[in-house]
Amino acid sequence: MLSDVDVLRIEERAAAIRRTIIEMLVAAGSGHTAGPLGMADIFAALYFNILNHDPAHPDWAERDRLVLSNGHIAPVRYAAMAHAGYFPVEECLTLRKFGSRLQGHPERLRLPGLETTSGPLGEGLGQAAGMALGARMDGKKFRIYCCLSDGEHDAGNVWESVMFAGANRLGNLTAIIDRNNIQINGYTEQVMPLEGLRAKYEAFNWHVLEVDGHNVAAIISTINQAKAIYEKPTVIIAHTIPGKGVKEIEFDYRWHGKPPTKEEAKKFLHELRTLRGKITSEHE
Amino acid sequence: MINSDAKLREDIFEPTASVAKAMEATRDGFGKALLELGDSNPNVVVLCADLAESTRVLPFKEKYPERYVELGVAEQNLATVAAGLAAVGKVPFITSYATFSPGRNNEQIRTTIALNQLPVKIIGSHAGLSVGPDGATHQALEDIALMRVLPNMVVVSPCDAEEARKATRAAAAHAGPVYVRLGRAATPTMTTAETPFEFGKAQTVWSSEHAAEVVVFATGPLLYNALVAAKELEHRVPVEVINIHTIKPLDVESVVAAARAAGAVVTVEEHQAAGGLGSAIAEVLAAECPTPIEFVAVKNKFGQSGEPGELLEYYGLGTTAISKAIEKAHARKQQ
Repeated sequence: MLSDVDVLRIEERAAAIRRTIIEMLVAAGSGHTAGPLGMADIFAALYFNILNHDPAHPDWAERDRLVLSNGHIAPVRYAAMAHAGYFPVEECLTLRKFGSRLQGHPERLRLPGLETTSGPLGEGLGQAAGMALGARMDGKKFRIYCCLSDGEHDAGNVWESVMFAGANRLGNLTAIIDRNNIQINGYTEQVMPLEGLRAKYEAFNWHVLEVDGHNVAAIISTINQAKAIYEKPTVIIAHTIPGKGVKEIEFDYRWHGKPPTKEEAKKFLHELRTLRGKITSEHE
Repeated sequence: MINSDAKLREDIFEPTASVAKAMEATRDGFGKALLELGDSNPNVVVLCADLAESTRVLPFKEKYPERYVELGVAEQNLATVAAGLAAVGKVPFITSYATFSPGRNNEQIRTTIALNQLPVKIIGSHAGLSVGPDGATHQALEDIALMRVLPNMVVVSPCDAEEARKATRAAAAHAGPVYVRLGRAATPTMTTAETPFEFGKAQTVWSSEHAAEVVVFATGPLLYNALVAAKELEHRVPVEVINIHTIKPLDVESVVAAARAAGAVVTVEEHQAAGGLGSAIAEVLAAECPTPIEFVAVKNKFGQSGEPGELLEYYGLGTTAISKAIEKAHARKQQ
């Protein structure tokens, strides 16, 4: 069990990650805002509690693997990695710029600590399943996590991978779906309805959990619960709010694929400074 | 005459009945190599998309069931799961028909294998017209083009079963992604265990008594037809025939030297003229040594059902077509 102080520390990290996301997006002048803000709590939980990893040795063979399937939310991963110590936080401001290791969509060979290259949707879960199968063949104990968006479930490749992981009973694989209900063209249930998502995964032989994607303590206990499921892969449907932390953009699908302007960023950063975690942070 | 350095079989021009004894599909050479690799490399895993028998991975499945992965009819997942296996240290061979892999899953191969630079070996069987009765849907004529444009990708098109065996072993040893193009039909085996094989190294298999006046660059089983054509023309046009088993990286040095010496070129492939071996040769020669080129290839058409032999004739890839192309290139040179 985590103490309240432990949880608060991770919430502080999530708040810092959100601020960095806004700063890097405004510096880049392009990129996605809603998804990264909505996944900040989950990435804080992963990098500051769940993952067995070593930022000083990103190639450590026994590390847990985190595959980011929806590569367009890369800013949240970059920000989380920077705050975890993989590289200086200032480097986040090079996002999407020529010569940067922080490509617009993540590239494995450019930045140590990324497990794969992603952006084209629907491809992460298959790779995570391959890693999980390879790990099992070799008797490895590390776990494989795959974050994917809800919208990318439109892609057939996702369901091929869901079927494959279920058939192979990949108990070392945990998928986390960012269920924020938006995609570029609008709300997921209008563009291409995904419900009942839970029943679909269950029908493919997965164990399904659901969680409030902004409750850090719940996120951590749910992911830990998934570790106890041996006979099946587990999917966590994380209910998140796109743009979480900045009231005026929350739930608005138009913020899926655009960055804030300088003026907006100033306002957003001010608002993020008043979030829980930030106020009580002793570091600020 | 046959170039002795190539150590080809001595009986390749014997009467048809004798050659028939040495007929074997390139996919069979691949299947043999997989079994050899199963013994020698514990990291080799084989991924199959519901075509175990026809892609010749069944013996591997039976001998190494724990290293055989069944995907079902899901070629996109075939590529992405392989990328994941490679990322944790495996050497995955993904096997299907070339129309499906690298056809259907082209973008998965581009992003998760080529851009990721992972050592996945893509085995595209049933490539070319010689698939025969299955018809156009199953006759891959664009796979070389698809794979050749990807950075980091090695593209190999073996001429016979023995070369396919060697290419498969070389693919496993190569640190990056490799595409190996295979055929369904039994075709003459020309090379032997002693024939040298190295990725990116073109090989002269036929040289003329007098200085060659046309050089033929051929890839895949049609190399045999190119040899027959060269022999038929032996006393009229001095020809050199070069086996381009590796289309990428192309042996630029050998290609340019041979084209410069002969002054006229014929390319031969069971593939669309657009984007295949002929295009690769033309790109190099246009820059380094402009030379008249005749392209023996499929010209912007889909295939159809038929026996391999009649399809090759109909689409202008047979021995007669190659002979004509040699004479035409020769004539253009003299103009």
